[in-house]
Amino acid sequence: MPEPILNIQGLKAFYGDFQALYGVDMYIEPGEVLAIIGANGAGKTTLMRSVTGLLSNGPGQIHFQGNDISQLRADEVAMQGLAMVPEGRQLFPSLTVKENLMIGAQVGRQGPWNLDAVYRLFPILEERKDQASTSLSGGQQQMVAIGRALMANPDLIMFDEISLGLAPIVIKDIYAALPGIINGGMSAIIVEQDIAQALKVSSRVYCLQEGRVSLEGASDKVSREEISRAYFGIE
Amino acid sequence: MDWVNAIVQGTLLGGLYALFAAGLSLIFGVMRLVNIAHGDLIVMAAYLGLTVTATVGLHPLAALAIVVPAMALIGYVLQRGLLNQTLGEDLLPPLLVTFGLSVILQNGLLEVYTADPQKMDAGALETASIAMGGLTLGVLPVLTFAIAVAVIWALQWTFYHTAVGRAFRAVSDNQDIAQLMGLNRRHVFGLAMALALGVTAIAGILLGIRTSFDPSIGGGRLIFGFEAVIIGGLGNLWGTLAGGVILGIAQTVGAKIDPGFQILAGHLAFLIILAIRPNGLFPRIAA
Ligand SMILES: Nc1ncnc2c1ncn2[C@@H]1O[C@H](COP(=O)(O)OP(=O)(O)OP(=O)(O)O)[C@@H](O)[C@H]1O
Ligand SMILES: [Mg+2]
Repeated sequence: MPEPILNIQGLKAFYGDFQALYGVDMYIEPGEVLAIIGANGAGKTTLMRSVTGLLSNGPGQIHFQGNDISQLRADEVAMQGLAMVPEGRQLFPSLTVKENLMIGAQVGRQGPWNLDAVYRLFPILEERKDQASTSLSGGQQQMVAIGRALMANPDLIMFDEISLGLAPIVIKDIYAALPGIINGGMSAIIVEQDIAQALKVSSRVYCLQEGRVSLEGASDKVSREEISRAYFGIE
Repeated sequence: MDWVNAIVQGTLLGGLYALFAAGLSLIFGVMRLVNIAHGDLIVMAAYLGLTVTATVGLHPLAALAIVVPAMALIGYVLQRGLLNQTLGEDLLPPLLVTFGLSVILQNGLLEVYTADPQKMDAGALETASIAMGGLTLGVLPVLTFAIAVAVIWALQWTFYHTAVGRAFRAVSDNQDIAQLMGLNRRHVFGLAMALALGVTAIAGILLGIRTSFDPSIGGGRLIFGFEAVIIGGLGNLWGTLAGGVILGIAQTVGAKIDPGFQILAGHLAFLIILAIRPNGLFPRIAA
């Protein structure tokens, strides 16, 4: 087994007194696409926030490319090559489409992704580059959010519910663009409510339930029964 | 002609108020910080200018080359060392801490420079004037206004055409996501405060050339700046200039009616505009 690019061990997360994650173990290998599924409130977004440094963690719980990043600030984690497409897109409303993309490059990492490459992936964004990001459709905003993360030339990219609130046809387009993104050897974590979609694009899957890993396996091996048990917790 | 004169003089005075206000507006825009010590920082800049002119023998305007970077540095250190610690969901801690800072600055200035009114000597610049269409305009007020326009323009340009301006807007929009983009908000806030106090340095020096000052006048400058920001609309720098001009005109026209009416007229104009347009005249177009 190659050295995991991201290795999470015994991760706990808290919002004040409320504990959201209870010792999560998880790893992803270089170049792998990992899916994370789980019901609303299972802790998927919390996990992403912990990994990216937006939530503070105990020491030694998260290693990225061999380095302990558990206690780094989010901007320091980003510079190490970890990018996120956040839940709900969260573009900067005061910035134009192009500026939203350019700010993704702020970490200053070199690689294949730049404005031209993002415009090649999503040509509509070049047409809309000087518009306010809020004037775009939901699908186009999601493209900006993805482009913004790619501009950082990350080694690992995490997508938190990219299909949330989008029309099926738009979701199809977004997923059609995915191979073009990951082919460059980038690793990816995909958080997705649509289980079939998650299993289709990933090689391995984790299911979270109430802050714990309830299932882990190869995406083409896990059965429907295992998933529904892990998802809903019904025996 | 007298009334035209009052309006023109008020407009020029408004340039100074816009300079008081620009830093306040910038800081609030980027980090939602209301800096109660802003006026005292203006006065401190005036005293720094005084020290530089007195010890090095520079003209006050030349002293800007030293005082602007010095105030910017103080701004960065102040933000990273103190004010960043107060920022969060709760708006009260920054208010209390900057209020405390205001008290400390006033007493510090009193200790070092005493309560005697001081003034910077700008030589011929103070009395020079130009005649234009029957009006006599002081060169200093005209210069002050021109500097105010240039400063607002430069801030606007920085905000919309540079990487640091983009960072200011991004952090103002969403601190967490900006952090994910590799922006350390504490550093970005430090830069914003540095820029704001750089502008404050310009305001302080121009104030100190125009009138005499003592450690107690910071509060009044804070109010003028605050009123200009609110009249113009929060988060709009050209609006801030307009707000300064409206305040300046209200004061000079008020003084024309009755010399004792000057300051009150400005406050009344502020209250009237606040009552009619609570978001100011030119609020930033909401996203
Ligand atoms: N800011 C917060 N403060 C307090 N509790 C929170 C906060 N954010 C999330 N939680 C709680 O933490 C738990 C996990 O939430 P999280 O958002 O990680 O779930 P999720 O799996 O991403 O759900 P969804 O599918 O709805 O996005 C939930 O019980 C939620 O109520
Ligand atoms: Mg979520």
